Amino acid sequence: MADDSGYSSRVAMPPRTRTAVGGAREVTEAMLSTGDRKKKVRGLIIYSILLLGLTTALVSIAAMITWAFIAGGPRLSLDLFTNVPSVVTPENAGYRTAILGTLYVIGGVILLIVPLGVGAAIYLEEFANPRNPFNRFVDLNIQNLAGVPSIVFGILGLAFIVRGPLSWGFVAAAGSLTLALLVLPTVILASREAIRAVPSSIRDGSLALGATVWQAVSKQVLPAAFPGVLTGVILAVARAIGEAAPLLLVGAVTFVTFDPQFFEGGYSTLPTMIYSYAKRPQEELQVLAAAGVVIMLVLLILINSVAIYLRNRFERTW
Amino acid sequence: MSSRVITPGVSGGGPNVRSLEAPGLRIGERIIKALLWVAATLSVVVTTGIVISLLLPSVGFFQQVSIVEFLTGTIWAPAFAEPSFGVLPIVVGTLMVVLFAMLVAVPVGLTSAIYLSEYAPTKVRKAIKPILEVLEGIPTVAIGLFAFSVLTPLIRELTPFLPWTGPFSIGVAGITVGLLIIPLVSSVSDDAMRSVPMSLREGAYAMGATKFEVALRVVLPAAISGVIAAFVLGISRAIGETMVVLLVAGAGNPVLSFDPTKGIQTMTAYIGSTATGDISQGTITYDSIFAVGALLFLMTLVMNVIAIRLVRRFREVYD
Repeated sequence: MADDSGYSSRVAMPPRTRTAVGGAREVTEAMLSTGDRKKKVRGLIIYSILLLGLTTALVSIAAMITWAFIAGGPRLSLDLFTNVPSVVTPENAGYRTAILGTLYVIGGVILLIVPLGVGAAIYLEEFANPRNPFNRFVDLNIQNLAGVPSIVFGILGLAFIVRGPLSWGFVAAAGSLTLALLVLPTVILASREAIRAVPSSIRDGSLALGATVWQAVSKQVLPAAFPGVLTGVILAVARAIGEAAPLLLVGAVTFVTFDPQFFEGGYSTLPTMIYSYAKRPQEELQVLAAAGVVIMLVLLILINSVAIYLRNRFERTW
Repeated sequence: MSSRVITPGVSGGGPNVRSLEAPGLRIGERIIKALLWVAATLSVVVTTGIVISLLLPSVGFFQQVSIVEFLTGTIWAPAFAEPSFGVLPIVVGTLMVVLFAMLVAVPVGLTSAIYLSEYAPTKVRKAIKPILEVLEGIPTVAIGLFAFSVLTPLIRELTPFLPWTGPFSIGVAGITVGLLIIPLVSSVSDDAMRSVPMSLREGAYAMGATKFEVALRVVLPAAISGVIAAFVLGISRAIGETMVVLLVAGAGNPVLSFDPTKGIQTMTAYIGSTATGDISQGTITYDSIFAVGALLFLMTLVMNVIAIRLVRRFREVYD
């Protein structure tokens, strides 16, 4: 994708043509501006409406971040990380077990989505015949899956992982697998995009030197696509960290006062803990919930910034 | 490793037979290909799993409640002594959320997209795009809590003439979901408008069109299928949003009402709040979660298929 939207820079034009177009535009604009006043005013009005729309979006982000810091401010301290959750003594309650739960769940998510997501993307881009009806079905299916509401994945987790065939019970591993399945399509789509952006000349050159398809992919294509793949994985992990709805169904809503384990015992995560606090009436718990939002916002803005930085830093136009 | 002459194409055959055809995949290569195939096919397994997990309990549910009663009934009271399973109240709740979300997301998302695609200088564009992406990455719990503590009181202050009752409101929930899907609507429509060929704009300028005429009468109509796809994706996202609705519209008031100031239960809120309670497996209330989930899945599936088709058609025209 071209990264600038300037009128002449978007199309690759030789300098002389660019001058010519620029000149023509200036003449046209000069004629129009002297001619139709109404049009000029209308253009200005539309321009300000467009700016207003964008400002609305930006102001709401700023307002949300400001609110979180003001509302959660009184509780922002290290105790938040070390104290266990409680509704009986809200002034001493914290997020310790929820943060540990999030770490467990997200660790599992990363272990699952990296091989599965990147593997699926490699297969679909490098090995699969795109005209094969089954592969086209897989492709369409992944796109569809990316749009399935997260709570439906919670139902899947409840029916297949917590109960049913796997019957793991309400444990952190069940939350991990549910979230991994939820963000997997995102990873596949982003990795495919990154692999597709690697020019085929690199692949062909490698194959011409006698490499097998897998050698060409693993030694040439994947390293070149790495930044894009990494960005996709990071964004997927960020989404998994903030996701709460599917976890409501696979058990992450208990007030766990002990450090969770992966395959045993109850667990909760940061976003579900925030929800548990927020829906209770006590004033202190509301403040505590807002303080939790601050932790999560800082963490996620950090992660997203890293992803965006990586993408801008390593983005290559071939 | 011993040095050897590299003879591509003969790894399978004898040393003297030189074939110009590609050799069959090596054993290791085949295994890798098979593993990658498994990874790709997993998504089909997941979809199948979703369909099975929704359908099996739904079958049990619809043996006790007729489908007609489910789809046309106006009273949703699954936990009562004499339960009633008319899904319309929570469907209307969901549609109210969609309506208010689109009232916010369509104008704001579309105008931001037009600005970013047609007006913004490169520097501004490069600065604003990541900010919108950050908004997309903010967890919905955080947005819901913000809306409940700030937006709801604010909107009440601004509209004292409306009959506000109780702390929850489906209208505010919709507006909040609208804020949430602005980045989605904006980035998909922005992509659509940016892939309109430059020659169309140049042609319009050459005919004497002004900048806003080019943007509104040339680029927007040319990108319309992509823009509509953005709206459809937004609707799909609004149907499935759970946490904001739970926090802002409340978890448990399934009344059939079109009053935006009331807290009304939606389909997702029903699933989310019922599944967290102590519901034992095998009861009709438990099965009703899956029946509502199946309906939710169907609604979003239709929206997603429409959106994918629209985007594909759009790509075919300009690629």
